[in-house]
Amino acid sequence: MKNSLLEAVCATRRLTTCALAALALASSVHGVAAQERDKVTIGYAVSKSGPNAGGAGMTVTPNYELWVQEVNAAGGLKMPDGSQLPIEVIAYDDRSSAEEVVRAVERLATQDKVDIILPPWGTGFNLAVAPLMAKFGYPHLAGAAVTDKASDFVKRWDTSFWFMGGSADYVSAFTDILVAERAAGRINDKIAMISVADGFGIDLVKAARPSFEAAGFDVTYDKSFPPQTSDFATILNEAQSSEADTFVAFTYPPHTFALTKQAKVASFSPPVFYLGVGAAFPVYPKIADGSVEGIMSLGGVDPNNALNNAYRAKHQEVVGRGADYWGSVLIYASLQMLEQTVARVGLDKAAVAAELSSGTFSTVLGAETRLENNQLRAINWVGQWQDGTFVAVSAEGGGNKMQVKLRNPAGNNPTNLTRYLSGQIVFGPDNS
Amino acid sequence: MLEHVVNGLVLGGTYSLVAMGLTIQYGIARIMNLGFGDMIIAACLATYVLFTTLSINPIIALLILAPAGYAVNNLIYRVLMKPLVARAPDEGALEVDSILVTFGLLFVIQGLLLALFGGGYTSYSFLNTPVSVLGTVVAGNRLLALVLSLVIGGALVIILFRTRWGMILRAVALAPKSAPLFGIDTDRAARTAFAIGGAMAATGGVVISMFQTFTATAGVVFTMKALIVVILGGKGSVPGAIVAGLLLGLVETFVAAYVDPGLTLAAVYTVFLVLLLVRPNGLFGKA
Repeated sequence: MKNSLLEAVCATRRLTTCALAALALASSVHGVAAQERDKVTIGYAVSKSGPNAGGAGMTVTPNYELWVQEVNAAGGLKMPDGSQLPIEVIAYDDRSSAEEVVRAVERLATQDKVDIILPPWGTGFNLAVAPLMAKFGYPHLAGAAVTDKASDFVKRWDTSFWFMGGSADYVSAFTDILVAERAAGRINDKIAMISVADGFGIDLVKAARPSFEAAGFDVTYDKSFPPQTSDFATILNEAQSSEADTFVAFTYPPHTFALTKQAKVASFSPPVFYLGVGAAFPVYPKIADGSVEGIMSLGGVDPNNALNNAYRAKHQEVVGRGADYWGSVLIYASLQMLEQTVARVGLDKAAVAAELSSGTFSTVLGAETRLENNQLRAINWVGQWQDGTFVAVSAEGGGNKMQVKLRNPAGNNPTNLTRYLSGQIVFGPDNS
Repeated sequence: MLEHVVNGLVLGGTYSLVAMGLTIQYGIARIMNLGFGDMIIAACLATYVLFTTLSINPIIALLILAPAGYAVNNLIYRVLMKPLVARAPDEGALEVDSILVTFGLLFVIQGLLLALFGGGYTSYSFLNTPVSVLGTVVAGNRLLALVLSLVIGGALVIILFRTRWGMILRAVALAPKSAPLFGIDTDRAARTAFAIGGAMAATGGVVISMFQTFTATAGVVFTMKALIVVILGGKGSVPGAIVAGLLLGLVETFVAAYVDPGLTLAAVYTVFLVLLLVRPNGLFGKA
């Protein structure tokens, strides 16, 4: 009895000693951190597994990794006093769950106490973490988020920044092209439109209906389909018989790829063929087995922009595959802006937010990139595959954009040419 | 009209192909394999790797991966399922245990695939050539899925109902307790059935990878679809799986064409519910 009591006392004392030691250790670490920091911790939670992993792994994560590697290889993040600090990354997998991403960001802010938090992938996920980021005062550089309400969000969370525009922006730029092509007599006024019944598809089609209608187009086929859909033979059949010269599909990558393949089989090649997410992936021409010339989608790059070309080459070299032609460059530009902001004002969160909001930066988008009302507006809204590159296009061309080229202008039909070369059709005096 | 029938049958062919393996595993080996879809995805990714890095034609990959699927599933049965079968007091317990174990297996396979290939979308083009069937143009790779499901299904039906070996398998499916009394090695029969199911999963994966975009985590979708077809067709019935798969394909296509593409899923589940109300054991199921 006595022995066990002694043991218990000893155990308690040991525990107390341990606790004291731990406390001492903790306070000493804290002391060092307060005196001088030896690194910058950057945290993020993105989807590495689950349904969002495909999009996040294409547009967001590679750019985070590329940027951190570049900064660290150059000696670290520059501070206002000229010193450089290496970046240490704390990354979590949100498993494509909105609850998980909120929990992870909270953990990054309260437990890991990171200096900077980078945003997750996806509109919904960025909206989910926006209140938290604002609450803890972290600047929120929402990269992969398409929303028409950015101006409202900026009012609500003044440390939030939006880099990808809204559905209405993409749709109205596309409508401008359609109006010009119709005026030139190259397309009729009918549109066949399909959309996936999920986030992206719903947002875009909601913006598209009034936009097309206001421009005097007749949407003869307008259907949405469940995200699980994998076969589009019937839908394409119906779209084909709607006699529209314009086919629009607001889709996610699995649908985009399936539509491309099945359209090829069905020889469905309307003059305007516009697809959703996935058509701007660098692997797209390979998946489509070559027949991508003239296909349009969101995004696009200026092939003559040396900065952008250098970025794409670097991405290819470090990540091992090309950057996508839509979101990647915007995400990377947001990181460059962050880097330059820290070099100017340090790591104070409020100062970083203020500088991001008002400063001018040199990024892969151009030497003078700046935000308007906390939003990036210098975005390429419509892109098109031309000669193996997904270039930014407008009706007239000019500036940093190419002129749009419809898929089968008379006598020079790339699709027919492909079919001709593969022996499926023979050009004769009647059908040349 | 005719074009919708052709398109529907071609789509249904894929469903049948996927479901046949599951129905054999469930009906004969009595293992409700929730990791089935992930085995399909594993075959999809293996085909992709063979095709893009070693430029091995997917048709040849089929000849490699189907036996590989057989071998791997044989091993899985020996290591994971055999102890369950040995200790399960009755069929119900085995079903619950197998669901739990294969649920775990699902995540093991998925985790391995994620670690090896990452979570990105994977897709390539093969045999994406127009083929005219009764005036309707369909994709060659999808037609291949239909042809394969009919050929394999036909072969399985002949084996099951016309050979001694098939009779043994059916005996085990029908009366697993009595079969040993006739000198049947039930363990071996169940193992073989499970492995055949695995070979079918691999076959389905190879063919599906030719036309469908897949990710390492997409297996659940295939398991769900296959499960619906299996229950519709009747547990363990190969003809049932074929008929139910083709039926679902036709329903989806006709609803997409004449009603609304947005209602295809709703229509599938309506057919599912109605049929289960009328025939609780499925189309070809025995009461």
